[in-house]
Amino acid sequence: MFAYIIRRLIGAVLMLLLVSLVTFGIFFWLPKLAGQTTDQIAASYVGKAPTAEAIQDTKERLGLDKPVVVQYGSYLKAIVVGKDYKAGPVTDHCPAPCLGYSFRSSQPVLETLLDRAPATASLALGAAVFWLIGGIVTGVVSALRRGSLWDRAAMIIALSGVSLPIYFTGLVSLALFSYTLKIFPGGGSYKPITEDPVMWFQSLVLPWVTLAFLYAAMYARLTRAGMLETMNEDYIRTARAKGLSETTVVTKHALRASLTPILTIFGLDLGLLLGGAVLTESTFGIPGLGQLAISSINSGDLPMVLGVTLITSVSIVGINLIVDLLYAIVDPRVRLG
Amino acid sequence: MTGTAPAADTAGTGEAPTSFLEVRDLKIHFPTDDGLVKSVDGLSFQLERGRTLGIVGESGSGKSVTSLGILGLHNKRNANVSGEIWLNGKELVNASQTEVRRLRGRDMAMIFQDPLSAMHPFYTVGAQIIEAYRVHNDVSKQVARKHAIDMLGRVGIPKPDKRVDDYPHQFSGGMRQRAMIAMALSCDPELLIADEPTTALDVTVQAQILDLIRDLQQEFNSAVIMITHDLGVVAELSDDILVMYAGRCVEYASVGDAFHQPLHPYTWGLLGSMPRLDRERSERLMPIKGSPPSLINVPSGCAFHPRCPYKDLNGEKCWTERPELVEAEPGHKAACHLPQDKKRKIWTDEIRPKL
Repeated sequence: MFAYIIRRLIGAVLMLLLVSLVTFGIFFWLPKLAGQTTDQIAASYVGKAPTAEAIQDTKERLGLDKPVVVQYGSYLKAIVVGKDYKAGPVTDHCPAPCLGYSFRSSQPVLETLLDRAPATASLALGAAVFWLIGGIVTGVVSALRRGSLWDRAAMIIALSGVSLPIYFTGLVSLALFSYTLKIFPGGGSYKPITEDPVMWFQSLVLPWVTLAFLYAAMYARLTRAGMLETMNEDYIRTARAKGLSETTVVTKHALRASLTPILTIFGLDLGLLLGGAVLTESTFGIPGLGQLAISSINSGDLPMVLGVTLITSVSIVGINLIVDLLYAIVDPRVRLG
Repeated sequence: MTGTAPAADTAGTGEAPTSFLEVRDLKIHFPTDDGLVKSVDGLSFQLERGRTLGIVGESGSGKSVTSLGILGLHNKRNANVSGEIWLNGKELVNASQTEVRRLRGRDMAMIFQDPLSAMHPFYTVGAQIIEAYRVHNDVSKQVARKHAIDMLGRVGIPKPDKRVDDYPHQFSGGMRQRAMIAMALSCDPELLIADEPTTALDVTVQAQILDLIRDLQQEFNSAVIMITHDLGVVAELSDDILVMYAGRCVEYASVGDAFHQPLHPYTWGLLGSMPRLDRERSERLMPIKGSPPSLINVPSGCAFHPRCPYKDLNGEKCWTERPELVEAEPGHKAACHLPQDKKRKIWTDEIRPKL
């Protein structure tokens, strides 16, 4: 078990290295391959009407003259031990893990990420609670009453849930519950939980429900399919033959066995969302990682893009590691090692 | 009292029988898109405590459906169950689901064919036995655990106090079936139904499991229904044999009668299908030709007639008129149009010498 965790952690680190290498390559190596000179690359990071002096400055600061490998090495080194930046007369120390400074706002990347992460985490985790409960309950009931009116209605709604994009359901729910009925605050009213818990909750209800609807639909179908299969298993017949109540048979025996595949999908979904729910954040004006990613890409803010990519990878790799460990608890037949 | 006998005399009266288990005119039909599947179509038998009834037949003859029907495990939404099942003076077919559920596991228990798929893979063997015990007995977890260890020990699992915390996949096939038996017997059931309990096991383990079931039956004095397609298992364990074909009983006899003077051509065929190593290789097997009929379109008259080598001896009767189960000799019933003396003659002259 312990050896397994260590091995998986090493694997996770290698994975992250690979992700950062690819991202780094896209921004620093591809332009060179495409024939851009270092002056041109540097110019794109300086701003409008760059002076020759500013370009030279940027080139030195970013080490653009050095080979890409060396640049990547110094990027990694900064993450591990930190880095000193010379900005004119003052030297700024960026402590490890240093992801550099934004080209646009000159803010430390890590600080910005940590600033944005709680909004995304609030959105993703809250929605996850909604979709897990909604999806699994709907799926179980549908499976038990297969072919009933409830089952058909639920599966049609689920199908529409999967097919409707979030910017449609999101905008419709905003128009209806916020601007017409005025039950919930409109877009862009997100406040951190530490500042204003009530507003935090109210502003997140619609995003939670909208996002959860999309996922709940998928989970309902998954749960239904899983339950239909498990309810035909021999051990369900055994459980009934023991004289257990139908509730116990369904929850303790059938649902427990149906949850394993759902756990896998949940790990992937949650990991991805924690790295930024781009559409939901844009639709509801939530200042999370997803919005940060969009604006950084639009403005060519390389350190920030690298940072968001890394943090997304970390959350996906991390959550999946947790899921794999949970497997061993959920299904005793899984041996880690 | 003969112990077990087909219950023709009291059938359909609705009165509580004196025997421990009595099944009267049991019909289990499944409506499907292709038509009505008559898995069990008018089955009657009796069984006393301490006796064993072997139900024999090919796959799809309705053996397992019958056993699940007795336990009330058919889904009322897709199965039509009619007739009467009396267990210990209680009628089960028309009883409420809750009533039957209370009896299940406590008064009647079942051992299934494949012990790996019949046990939940995510719970320890102990937890599953404890669960079965605690549904019907209001005891603490510690007491139930002690009972589970005790039961595992009694079915011959070494170091039961350690193995109780193992998962089913950590047990070998034979051990799993022992654990399954321990689970079925945990509440001291008076009726034990074993549905092909040895089919999924090694031959050497099969004999051990059969021994175990017999020993435990004597110890608990329970009634046992042994469902199998293996006549060897029946000979080993049963007092009486009920041969099923296409959802109906075609022959009912004591083990001695069934093996030494069977009356139905189908039973002859089953006996001929047992390999004999002391014969020439070409004569070791005499299989029954053809395959079991569809239960949607059961052949007219005698359901066995398309496969029966003697169907032409009776004129058209065999495919126009369904033979009733009649008592040919005391305690020995068969459903066949052939006259008794002709059957005797065919058996002694043609069949027995080849067996």
